Amino acid sequence: MKHKKSNLYRAGLILSLLLSAQVYGLTEKELPSDVKGSEVAVLTDAPLVPPPITRKHSTKVVVKLEVRELEARLADGVDYTFWTFGGKVPGKFIRVREGDVVEFHLANHQDSKMPHNIDLHAVTGPGGGAASSFTAPGHSSQFSFQVLNPGLYVYHCATAPVGMHIANGMYGLILVEPKEGLPPVDREYYVMQSEFYTKGKYGEEGLQGFDLDKAVAEQPTYVVFNGAVGALAGEQAIKAKVGERVRLYVGNGGPNLVSSFHVIGEIFDNVYLEGGTKAAQQNVQTTLVPAGGSTIVDFKVEAPGTLVVVDHSIFRAFNKGALGMIKIDGPENKVVYSGKEVDESYLGEVSSDSSKKIAGLKSELKEAMAADPKVQKISLDIAMERGKRVYNANCSMCHQGEGQGLAGVFPPLAKTDYLKDSKQAIAIVLNGLAGKISVNGQSYDGVMPPQAHLNDEQVADVVTYIMNSWGNKGAAATAAQVKSARDMGH
Amino acid sequence: MRELSEKKLSRGGWLGFLLAALLGVSPNPVQPSPMVKIPSGTFTPLFKGTRSDGAAITVKGFSLDQYPVTVSEYREFIRIHPQWGVSRRGSIFADAGYLSGWSDNLQPGAPERSPVTNVSWFAAKAYCAAQGRRLPTAAEWEFAALASETQPDGRSEEGYAARILAWYSKPTMSGATVGSHRNYYGVYDLHGLIWEWVSDFNTEVMTGESRSDGDIESDMFCGAGALQASEKSRSDYAAFMRYAFRGSLQGSYTVKNLGFRCAQSQ
Repeated sequence: MKHKKSNLYRAGLILSLLLSAQVYGLTEKELPSDVKGSEVAVLTDAPLVPPPITRKHSTKVVVKLEVRELEARLADGVDYTFWTFGGKVPGKFIRVREGDVVEFHLANHQDSKMPHNIDLHAVTGPGGGAASSFTAPGHSSQFSFQVLNPGLYVYHCATAPVGMHIANGMYGLILVEPKEGLPPVDREYYVMQSEFYTKGKYGEEGLQGFDLDKAVAEQPTYVVFNGAVGALAGEQAIKAKVGERVRLYVGNGGPNLVSSFHVIGEIFDNVYLEGGTKAAQQNVQTTLVPAGGSTIVDFKVEAPGTLVVVDHSIFRAFNKGALGMIKIDGPENKVVYSGKEVDESYLGEVSSDSSKKIAGLKSELKEAMAADPKVQKISLDIAMERGKRVYNANCSMCHQGEGQGLAGVFPPLAKTDYLKDSKQAIAIVLNGLAGKISVNGQSYDGVMPPQAHLNDEQVADVVTYIMNSWGNKGAAATAAQVKSARDMGH
Repeated sequence: MRELSEKKLSRGGWLGFLLAALLGVSPNPVQPSPMVKIPSGTFTPLFKGTRSDGAAITVKGFSLDQYPVTVSEYREFIRIHPQWGVSRRGSIFADAGYLSGWSDNLQPGAPERSPVTNVSWFAAKAYCAAQGRRLPTAAEWEFAALASETQPDGRSEEGYAARILAWYSKPTMSGATVGSHRNYYGVYDLHGLIWEWVSDFNTEVMTGESRSDGDIESDMFCGAGALQASEKSRSDYAAFMRYAFRGSLQGSYTVKNLGFRCAQSQ
């Protein structure tokens, strides 16, 4: 048996050598008769989605995807070696129509270390194309398939070891539009959740390697939308206008976790459960997206503001990065959402008029006390004492016990001409300071690391202490000032 | 059962050199590259192929090039065998990437001591034959590559497999030279520099559809799913990658980080 097998194998090898640059694309004649013409697929990076398909017939769609292995940002200060379909995580969004014949070209860049392939869940056939697309570095493969089932499908690399290829970023979405199309909406976006398992802990800076132990234990360091912490936030938030209908094509690359997909401040009007083609459920708060699965949701945005996209398995959102934003512009709608109308003491459900009156008087007393110079002095003294503690624990090693600094090395804080006001001091404490500065005629060129681990009150106290010690005369800083500085800086 | 005392350079190579020096003639203008003796031993490869017993296999003692073949050695080979020059590009023996980066007059565009890459299996085989050597088998290569810096089987050594895995995770380097990672036997660069051709690169057929490859070798894939996080599993992950890589190749293929070294039976 063994000999037969190896002879057969040799024959196969020789045959494949003779045909080593073979191209076996389907000819016009071989295509089903209702498949007319051909076109090159428009591919997009997240969060963008190719435009809806308007043609009313099937066609041959040529998809060209290149695998790249590259270093890129995973979080601020944190890089990772991603393996990608098309240079980004998640991979390019592919959009075709039910009945289309897809001619798929998978190229593997010559700088790749690994062979790669692609398993598209939209393919009916063994391995979803994986065997036919197995491609060595510096080579490319071609295979064809007809998309028989409409829906939103995940694709991913299925080369051994599969888990690691997925964990490094090899997944994306392919939408097969039903023949009748999807109901029109105003905006469509592509959101894909996934996890990363790094050697270092969350936020540890530098190029981080893949941690197999964490991956096997299913304990990710990062859970993110669209491939990086913040990839869907701030400047990169997705946008819509009041009154518009938004559709999200949501995928979950995994490799391990199931997502509790939720948008804070919205209710999904329609959910196409698990990426199927029926809006089977309506008025949904949180929907499950399995690893290697998808969902389609749509909702009309009724009020301006920022909607927050989260995995409502909530520590992932606030401690691992699974947080995105949708910014809604437009006029306020006070009926749909009023904003804060009342802010008052709450004294329990049985509060009588009399207790309301007492609450009012107490609050008046509080204000009166705060306005009293004597009380202000005591408050300042408390802040100064607390500030001194923070200073001694965090600052005095460099700036010295009496704020005198070390000439030429650590700038003085006492009687300094560099510090103008507490706002500037707060910014330095939060963000650190690096580079050349001149203080009292002496120049300094060092690095002060950010002290952002201090809480708002501690920062306010230490700034108050610095601005009012060693002959400095400045205003007291407040925790509210620190909070707003922190919010602006991040 | 390994004879640990046999960590010597191949006697044949040195004798020939000595003889040539004594006679004042040069039977081969190229000084043969040094080899290291790998003693016989047994091991259980990750991929057990068609063997039904699933037991360990025995690798007979053999000699292995101490370093991967370098660009300067390969240029010398082409000088004597010009049919393996850049004109071979795009033939059935070497695809269009053959000696990519080399100029027509054989300037390799890489440091002399860097490993030659972008060579096909046919080319590597011809090179070794020209030295009176052959490509190592996958079993020989894997056996020699089990060694860490300090012991013949480094799989249980803390951190060793993790370093190999880390290298596999990074995209291709360029410009690195041979001779940085020495293992227990004195062989350099089996890990951490390039992939290497073996004579039977493709006998353990991986279809690329790694999950259905389980039909061929269920241990490899079902086992993979059940792996515990341990040094052993990391080492197996690294081996998966080598088998997967080899499985993606054809004899005419050339790859930017794929080179080779030669072996000799003892």
